Order: sequence, then structure tokens, then C-alpha cells
Amino acid sequence: MRRRRILLLAAAALAPCLAGGALLAQDAPRLRGPEPFTREQPAPPLPRAVTNDVRVRRNYPDQPPVIPHAIEGYALDLNANKCMSCHARRFTEQSQAPMISVTHYQDREGNTLGGLAPRRYACLACHVPQTEARPLVENRFRDMDELTEPERQPGGRSNR
Amino acid sequence: MDLSRRDILKAQAAAAAAAVANIPLPAAAQNIASGEELRLKWDKAPCRFCGTGCGVMVAVKDGRVVATHGDMRAEVNRGLNCVKGYFLSKIMYGADRLTRPLMRMRGGQFAKDGELQPVSWEQAFDTMAAHWKRVLREKGPEAVGMFGSGQWTIWEGYAASKLMRAGFRSNNLDPNARHCMASAAVTLIRAFGMDEPMGCYDDFEHADAFVLWGSNMAEMHPILWTRVTDRRLSAEHVRIHTLSTYEHRTTDLSDAALIFKPGTDLAILNYIANHIIQTGAMNREFVERHVNFRLANTDIGYGLRPEHVLEQRAQHANDAQVSHAADFDTYARLVREYTLDRAHELSGVPKPQLEALARVYADPKTKVMSLWTMGFNQHVRGVWANHMVYNLHLLTGKLSEPGNSPFSLTGQPSACGTAREVGTFSHRLPADMQVNNPEHRKHAEQLWKLPEGLLPGKVGYHAVQQDRMLKDGKLNAYWIMCNNNLQTAPNTDNETYPGYRNPENLIVCSDAYPTVTAMAADIVLPTAMWVEKEGAYGNAERRTHFWHQLVDAPGEARSDLWQLMEFSKRFTTDEVWPAEILARAPEYRGKSLFGVLFRNGQVDRFPLSDRDTGYENREARHFGFYVQKGLFEEYASFGRGHGHDLAPFDTYHEVRGLRWPVVDGKETRWRYREGYDPYVEKGAGVQFYGNPDKRANIIGAPYEPPAEAPDAEYDLWLVTGRVLEHWHSGSMTLRVPELYKAFPGAVLFMHPEDAQKRGLRRGQEVRIASRRGEIRSRVETRGRNKVPRGVVFVPFFDASQLINKVTLDATDPISKQTDFKKCAVKVVAAASAPAGSGAAGERG
Repeated sequence: MRRRRILLLAAAALAPCLAGGALLAQDAPRLRGPEPFTREQPAPPLPRAVTNDVRVRRNYPDQPPVIPHAIEGYALDLNANKCMSCHARRFTEQSQAPMISVTHYQDREGNTLGGLAPRRYACLACHVPQTEARPLVENRFRDMDELTEPERQPGGRSNR
Repeated sequence: MDLSRRDILKAQAAAAAAAVANIPLPAAAQNIASGEELRLKWDKAPCRFCGTGCGVMVAVKDGRVVATHGDMRAEVNRGLNCVKGYFLSKIMYGADRLTRPLMRMRGGQFAKDGELQPVSWEQAFDTMAAHWKRVLREKGPEAVGMFGSGQWTIWEGYAASKLMRAGFRSNNLDPNARHCMASAAVTLIRAFGMDEPMGCYDDFEHADAFVLWGSNMAEMHPILWTRVTDRRLSAEHVRIHTLSTYEHRTTDLSDAALIFKPGTDLAILNYIANHIIQTGAMNREFVERHVNFRLANTDIGYGLRPEHVLEQRAQHANDAQVSHAADFDTYARLVREYTLDRAHELSGVPKPQLEALARVYADPKTKVMSLWTMGFNQHVRGVWANHMVYNLHLLTGKLSEPGNSPFSLTGQPSACGTAREVGTFSHRLPADMQVNNPEHRKHAEQLWKLPEGLLPGKVGYHAVQQDRMLKDGKLNAYWIMCNNNLQTAPNTDNETYPGYRNPENLIVCSDAYPTVTAMAADIVLPTAMWVEKEGAYGNAERRTHFWHQLVDAPGEARSDLWQLMEFSKRFTTDEVWPAEILARAPEYRGKSLFGVLFRNGQVDRFPLSDRDTGYENREARHFGFYVQKGLFEEYASFGRGHGHDLAPFDTYHEVRGLRWPVVDGKETRWRYREGYDPYVEKGAGVQFYGNPDKRANIIGAPYEPPAEAPDAEYDLWLVTGRVLEHWHSGSMTLRVPELYKAFPGAVLFMHPEDAQKRGLRRGQEVRIASRRGEIRSRVETRGRNKVPRGVVFVPFFDASQLINKVTLDATDPISKQTDFKKCAVKVVAAASAPAGSGAAGERG
């Protein structure tokens, strides 16, 4: 019992010395575990999927864009690739979905093919859907454009 | 100066007008900064995550990483990364990076029950050194230990090995790679006398069939999976057979998914061996010329504490590693009982699937690549499972040539390069040497220029044993580096956490972020990570690759290498070495450990001026010599000329990695076969030269059941593992918003009927309980993992759902690697909690 109380105190006092990393969400134990370790932790509800179809700016050119829609039940097997039924070149006019990147037509040797390169078949290895979960902790990565031309960034240097 | 949106629109309008009029504007007035103006500095580095070893190009601007992309010139991945690799740019910038040492304090003094407070490096090291010295004085070297990492750079692991074994004279050094691929490493030595695969990734483009044994490559090795699927979809005859205890993204893209009952892969493997023999498909000439037969001791227990009833009952718990010479007939008799019927009964896999798989191995014209990771390695019979798959390749002669390849995948970026090659296991020295071999110790003492008899011969505590000994008060000074063991060790509530909080013990944790382990430690040391230091990793195909320091670590964070070497300055030989050794070698008296280990005329051989001045190198500048080069070249002297040849240090900064042995500047893609491997004698064809008789060992073993199986009360198999978006305990990936939002928390994957039977709905909160502990989670009946009835899967990345409170600390008795894939649990509704709302869309 005594140890438990001490550890709880320790947890409370720890906050100031880790202040550099303000935790953002209630479910911060996801990063650092319960305090103390032995305490039982409730499991937060499953967050909603992002399905707004709004394109999200990439952090840098070669970042695979995230998927702004639900993909539940999508077949991605040897017989079918549901993603390509909208994102393949020939379907983009009717779907108005972005065409897969031209890099996806290149094989391992760099030759450009007519269709999706087989090595790019497993779309979800790089493109992931998003949920509405709020990040656990701020990420201080800064965009290269922000460093290059801070005055061009909405909100200037303080924008992260 | 902040500009408004209006200003930006005005600038853009001006640019558009100028473009129409064909008037060039000054750069500042254009709306897009072109490549030149961005002034990015691009350099190569290997990915920080798994054992695949993808090449990455890293862009730096103003001392910060601003972009990463797949390296087109890297042979492994040719421009591709997985989603984690594509987000490497962000892993160093979580706002809660540790930037100062922390120590538990009360009243301005260190106190085990105090609060973590910022202190100086001096204070932290002083407290550590005082404790280390007292423990060494009072209890000796066996009470000192270190838990290292398959993410250590090569020189960090090497420095740690020197400090622990030669400095403190303790073999209580083990890497977290023990949890990851000890079974693979131990078996390669037992079968071939040399660690690491004979083949390489080039096999992907040559195989006709891929057999995945308990590996979900689509999520865990996504880039290697692109090479498998590339081959499958490019060549019509190629087939993929995946064996697993549940269906997942890999089975989605496989031709056959063989879903077996946990642990029965052993029976399937022996059935295939039997099929090969019975159908006359054995390659007799190969077997007669290149193979020995042995039989393993059986009934070997489960690596639990010795007083456990399962260990008491086991006949060979204490000599599990022993095998006996046998002949082909004895081996054939052993596997003969694994008929198709028996394999089907035990495994539950339909007979046509089993037969089709057996024919893949038996057909001499089908080149087979077998792939495995944690399904085999985290297995109470992991060494046997590894042997059994080599047995299939040896019976048919299908190895050491393009496309025929038994290939053990690894989960950490330098599990091979550091844990195995440098030898940071409690039983290993560099270049496959063993601590309990007096000749090997003598050789190491000579190369390290240390007095004879200095190195301890007793095998140290392995990972699980370290936790037990911390709890029992036998291991009292403990340094955890570059891993998050309190989240990833098994049965943590009972066997790991008590040892960390045992008042007799000082627990030190070096990490970049405040992890679960750091929060339970007494001293937390802030650590530089990835491109904040010069580094070298070794991937799963024997590829050694280097990178330069590209940015500075934040605040007072320092690399593990700096920490190890700096700490060594606080000890003298008189304080830590026995008097009789110093009496025999008086010239070592009164020297600091730093002096005898790192200022030995070898490690300090290369001056600062040798380094590439285009890059910062904090360690070199701090110590006054090119530390990394000196450590690497001394380390390389262990393997050169012995089949482990590494290229000269500087070469690795130029190339995208090289696969050892590197002989006459050429890497080796397939070992043990003439024409590919320069170590094979002319005319020999094939030589397994790791063993004295140059033959490989087929070691036969039976099926034995898992340590724990479901019963009436604990009625489900629990399988733990990873998901694509998070790497191991998530300390890096959870801090990348895009990765976090893609898979924010652990869930319990369960068959819909199992959920219904328990009155559970998707999204509902549940308790997952074993005989050891319980956690709360949410039910997921859809998504990427489709478990059969009776099996549940929970990933371990989520620190708020510490599934390792539930797992069992049973290990393979030979490799001492934990079985994280098989224990019994029950799942009940968490009565007090409301069911999840808003569960929508694909989360898995």
C-alpha cells in the first residue's frame, strides 16, 4: 500500500520535469503506461474513421497520401484490388479519385509499365486510413517550406 | 513577420500574371520554391525500424530532418518504404523527447522511492557508479547486468560487450533480440556451425514457391512482401503457401492459407519430411555427402522457473540442448509416425492442403524459399521448428543457391549486425564465438589486448532470467538500453515489474522517450537516436550498412556509445578486476576501464582527421579520436579470414551496404556453395564449413505440446504480435500523428461467433484475463486479422493495454526465447464500462 502511494505521488510530481512534452489527449497512458504500472487501465472507445474525402497536405513530396475515406470490406487479394477500381488511370474520370502516382507504374528496375507495377499491389503497406483519434503528443516536425520561407506559411513560424 | 492569406494570394496573382506575360520574377516573388532554393542536404541511412534494412534518403535543412524517401539505389527496397519508413522524418520530433537525465530524488538525494527529477549527467553517473561499485564489491560480477538491443549500432553493442565482459567481468548481457530471434540464431549454429542465413534477398526473384511459416510478412516485413508479391504476380507459375494460426493480410494474397492449431506446425514439418522420404524425393547424393543425422533430447520442459510443476515433470529440462548422433534410418523412423492422417488430426489443416505443400518441397524442380519470424522463433519448441525446416531443405538439397533458401527474417534493424554478429547474447562473443569456450575467450583476450583469464566463462543470465533474478534480488545493478522491456517482456506484473521496484536494485534506462520502462526506472538517461549519431546496422541478409550523423540530438541527449564509454571512465581496474589477475599482469594496475578498453592503441588508432568533415560526429569530437572507426576495425579483426569478413570501414560510407563475407572487395550472396562462396574449396561443390567435418546437421525431434493450452475456464488461445503501423512497443510510431491515427489503440481480434457466444458486440470493452494477469481492451470482429474460433489476437504496442501482463513466461528451453504466441485466456465483458460508440469504418 505504501509503495502504491509513493508511486502515485511520484507520478504527480513527474509532470513538471517532462513539461517539454505536453501530452495532448486523455489517453496518454498509451505512451507511458499506467501510473503505477500495476494499475488497471480502462480501454477508450474505438474512434470513428475519417471519411470526409478531404485531401491532406503531405509532409514532404514522397510521403504516401493518407486515405481520407473508409475502406472497410475492401478486397485486396489475388483476385481483386478494390482500391484500383477508383484510382487506376482508366477509372479516375468516373470516380474523380486521384490517379495512382506515376512511380507506381515502375518496376524494380525502374522501367515504366503500362499498368500498376506488381510490387505496388499491396496499397495498404504505404497508404493508411485515419481515425478521428487525437494525437497523444505534439510532433514538432517542421515542413521544409516553413523553414525555407516562413513568411509564406499561414501563421508564419509559429505554425506547426 | 507573419503574412496574411491576402498577401500570399497577392503574390500568387502576381506570379500568375508574370507567367502569362513571360516575365521572370525574383525568387522571393514566385509562389513555389524550387529544389535549388530549398537547399536540402540529402544523405543515405538505413531505416530505423525492422530487420529488412531498407535504404532511406534523408533530407536535412537547418539542422532538422525535413523529408525522407525510399532510396532508389538501395538494393533491398529500390525506392520503396513501408508506411513507417515513409514517416521516419517525424520519429525524432515527439514533443516529449527526453533532454536531461532524470533521477528518483527525495530531499536532494537519490531515493529509490523518490520522484524522477532532472539531474546532471555527473550526478546520474556518480550515483550509478557508486551503486555498481558497491554491488561488485559485495556480491561480485554476477549481480551486475545489462539489457541491450537489436537496435544498438554495431559499435554500441561492441562497446557494451567489452564493458560488461572485460570491464565488469559479467556475461549478464543480453539483447532484447532474445525475445525476437534467439531460436533462429541458436539453430543456425547447431545445424551449420555458423549463424545467419546462407541465402539472401536475391532469392525472392528466383524462387518458384514461397512458404511462410507463421509469418505475416504483409504487415511485419512489407517491403520484402513487395518482392514476394512482385514475383508472384510477374511469374504465373509462382505460388505462395502461408501457414498461420489465423488469417491476415498475408493470407489474403496467398494461394493457400493453412490455418493450424497453435504449436502443431512441428507435426506438419515432420509430415513433410516423412513425405519426402516415403516418396523417394530425398536427394540421396546431397544427403550422403553433406549431412549428418542427430536426434534431440525430448521432453525438455518449458523454460519456466525450475520449481514449476512442468519443469519438475520434464525428463530433460536441464539438458534440453543435448542431441545424439544418429543415422538416416533412425531419423526416418522418427518422422515415419507423422503420416498425413496424424498431421491432419493434430493440426486441423485439410489433407489436400498438406499434401500440396509437401509436394512443393518434394518436387526437385520447384525452387522453394521458406520464410519465418516470430511464429517459429517465439515458440516453446522454436529451435526444433527451425531445425525441422532446415531438415526439409537439407533432405532435398534445396539451399545455398538462388531461389532455394530457408530464410529466417528478423524484426530489428541490427538483430543480426549487433546482437548476433557482435555477440551481445549472454553466451556469445564476436564472430560466433562462445563465452564458455576457453579457446574463444583466450582469442578475445588477445585481440582486446587484455590479461589472460580475464573474461568470465560462465554463461550469463538471459532476458527472462534477468527479470527473475532482479525480482529474487540476485541481480542488483541493471542498465536497460535502447529497448522497452517492461512493455515487451512476458508476465510483467509478476516477473518484470517487481524486480524493477525491488529496493535492493538500481534500474537505469537509456531512451529517447519516456517509455513504460523509463517511467519505472530509477535513473533515466536521455539518448540520441538514429541519424543523431554515426551508426551501422546489419540486416537479415548479412548486409552491413552505415550512416553519418546528420543532425544533433536535442538538449543533453547523448548516444548509447557516449554513455557506455563515458561511464567506463569512472572505474579503475583495481576496483573491478580480481587481485590475482592484476598480480599476474601488473601493467594493468590503476588504469581506468576507459583506458584499457577504449584507449588501448587500437580503438583510438584513427585520429579525428580521418572522419569526413562534411558531417558532425559528436562522439569523435568528445573523445578526441574517430571512435566508431576504431571500434569497428577492432571488431572486424575477429571475423576477417574466418568467414565473417567485413569490408574496410570507409567503404561502408560509400556503398548501400555489403553482404558478408566480403572477400577481395566482393560480397557473398550465397554461402556454402562453390561459385558463390569463396570459402568453399575448389571441387567441393557444397561445404558447410562452419562445422569441423564441413557437414550440416539434420536434427530430428518430435511434436510436443505447448506449455499452456485452453481449458474449461481459460478457453481461448492468446496470440500477441504487431501491426503494420506500429513498431514493437510503439515508442517511436505512436508519436507520429499519421501512424497513431491510423491504428490508435490495441484491440482484441475475435471471431464473431466467439463474441456472440459471450454476448459481446464489436467495440465493447472487455477484460482479457489469464492465470497471471488481466487487461481491458475493445472487441474487434472485423478488420485485417480474421482469427478462427478459439483464438484471439492482441497487438502489444499500446502501453495502456499491456498484454504482456497476461502472457506466460515460458521459453524455448534451448534458445531461452519466450513464446508470446501461445497461452490460455478468457474474455469477459468489462461490466462497468459502456460499450464503444461510433465504431465505424475499417480500423484493421
